[in-house]
Amino acid sequence: MTKEDIIKPENVVYKKPALMNDNPMHYCPGCSHGVVHKLVAEVIEEMEMTDKTVGVSPVGCAVFAYNYLDIDWQEAAHGRAPAVATAIKRLMPDKLVFTYQGDGDLACIGTAESIHALNRGEHITIIFINNAIYGMTGGQMAPTTLVGMKTATCPYGRDVDLHGHPLRITELAAGLNGTAYVTRQSVHNVAAIGKAKKAIRKAFENSMNGKGSSLVEIVSTCNSGWKMSPEKANKWMEENMFAYYPLGDLKDTIEG
Amino acid sequence: MEEIVLMKGNEAIAHAAIRCGADGYFGYPITPQSEVLETLAEEKPWETTGMVVLQAESEVASINMVYGGAATGKRVLTSSSSPGVSLMQEGISYIAGAELPCLIVNVMRGGPGLGPIQPSQADYFQSVKGGGHGDYRLIVLAPASVQEMADFVDLAFELAFKYRNPAMILSDGIIGQMMEKVTLPPFKPRRTEEEIMAECPWATTGRKNGRRPNIVTSLELDPAEMEKRNIHLQEKYKEIEANEVRYEEINCEDAEYLFVAFGSCARIAQKAMEDARAEGIKVGLLRPITLWPFPYKAIAERAKGLKGILSVEINAGQMVEDIKLAVEGNVPVAHFGRLGGIVPAPDEVVEALKQKVMQ
Repeated sequence: MTKEDIIKPENVVYKKPALMNDNPMHYCPGCSHGVVHKLVAEVIEEMEMTDKTVGVSPVGCAVFAYNYLDIDWQEAAHGRAPAVATAIKRLMPDKLVFTYQGDGDLACIGTAESIHALNRGEHITIIFINNAIYGMTGGQMAPTTLVGMKTATCPYGRDVDLHGHPLRITELAAGLNGTAYVTRQSVHNVAAIGKAKKAIRKAFENSMNGKGSSLVEIVSTCNSGWKMSPEKANKWMEENMFAYYPLGDLKDTIEG
Repeated sequence: MEEIVLMKGNEAIAHAAIRCGADGYFGYPITPQSEVLETLAEEKPWETTGMVVLQAESEVASINMVYGGAATGKRVLTSSSSPGVSLMQEGISYIAGAELPCLIVNVMRGGPGLGPIQPSQADYFQSVKGGGHGDYRLIVLAPASVQEMADFVDLAFELAFKYRNPAMILSDGIIGQMMEKVTLPPFKPRRTEEEIMAECPWATTGRKNGRRPNIVTSLELDPAEMEKRNIHLQEKYKEIEANEVRYEEINCEDAEYLFVAFGSCARIAQKAMEDARAEGIKVGLLRPITLWPFPYKAIAERAKGLKGILSVEINAGQMVEDIKLAVEGNVPVAHFGRLGGIVPAPDEVVEALKQKVMQ
């Protein structure tokens, strides 16, 4: 059997979503961003929303998300994506509007914008990548950095007396009346990727059905920032991150 | 039929926004401009024109909502007063960098810091010299009456969309709070999505008909590319400077002296001019209407043959620097202003002319 015999449309079991272009990604090998980008692209395609989607990219590693997914994008100032998305959705209610933000962007500098957009019940989805570190600026402490975890700005480990506690902003979001669906997922193995995709789909459907705000946290690795191999980073995440940030739905007001 | 009504300057902004087909207002309460949001909330334009009105959680959120709305090609505005506008500066810089059209209304109060809630013109530098980080300019219109508050809303949007640049109405607590008769502009429908897509092909309206994605950003990692973007901005600003200077001259033909004043202070200077003329002093008034682009040429031209210029401002001397740049040392230029929320009286202005310019 030759290669040509195998490569036929009817034999395709997996392909890159058409919305993902061929631009070389700037993400480090082993980073979770690429997988989450792919899931977002797949869900938009499956919902046939390519011509009706506006994404809002953050400041942080995902600032260049607009280079990889062929939809309309706005790049927001650091932390302000939920405010930007609020206006887009209010002015164009028939569009699918989502933000894609990291922990520093969403849970630190943009806490006010995040909480208030979620509390107003804006019909938007926030995809929240929590890797417990500032990746883009070179591995500084994030609001979600675990106690004892070493970063460039807490080189002796996060100390509660000095830096306070890691913020579980997703738990906070679940307590707000405006949120319809709040969940915490990961993409470290095939099963988790499948669940995360379902969560993103559910969140996007909520946004289009006017059900209020949805927040999908993806507990992620930053092997460069954590100074670990991708394999080790995944293991470390399972052992440490999941203990403080347990996976699963925190709130789901929509049945099915 | 013309609709003449009596209202506050802040109320005029709100009514004019609804009437000129604005799509969205995002703002946060602050004295002395809260009537803008209050009037919009009372008018409920979402039930008539479909205009969105939202009270944001802060001025930071307001201006970023304006960014998001402007990037969809919609006519969006916000309003605030000095401390709130300081909070907006990051967002304004992003809007200028991403070349988005929008309207920001600043009803100035005193400063620095929290300041008083009384009128001031101390945000002149912030408004006309940039305000936030980076090399950029706002188109700045300075209304001197409630009528101009109403008229400048549509004008500001027209200019903002013509040049894809943020525009500002720089008003103050006097114009915002005082009531005058005003002829409201006629109703103009909000643009349809098709009209927006035709007028703003750059807008993030969703990738219809397989067009390339529209990406709104002010980021460029390659400095060579970023320099090109900056040069493009500067070329645009030169075009605005060449085409959009607006000013008013009163009693300038026979003038030996000149008051230069903008906004509410121009009204005070006008009274001072009348009082001075009653004493036989030949003084005229030049009122810049666009503070950027500034009427450098008009002032330089008018300065020929003058004995002196007094810049009358409700600040410690800001616009006076631009007047000095305009006349290039050919005519003596002095400044008179009151600070901290105190408004100059006409007789003080006449006295300042005598003491600082005529002696």
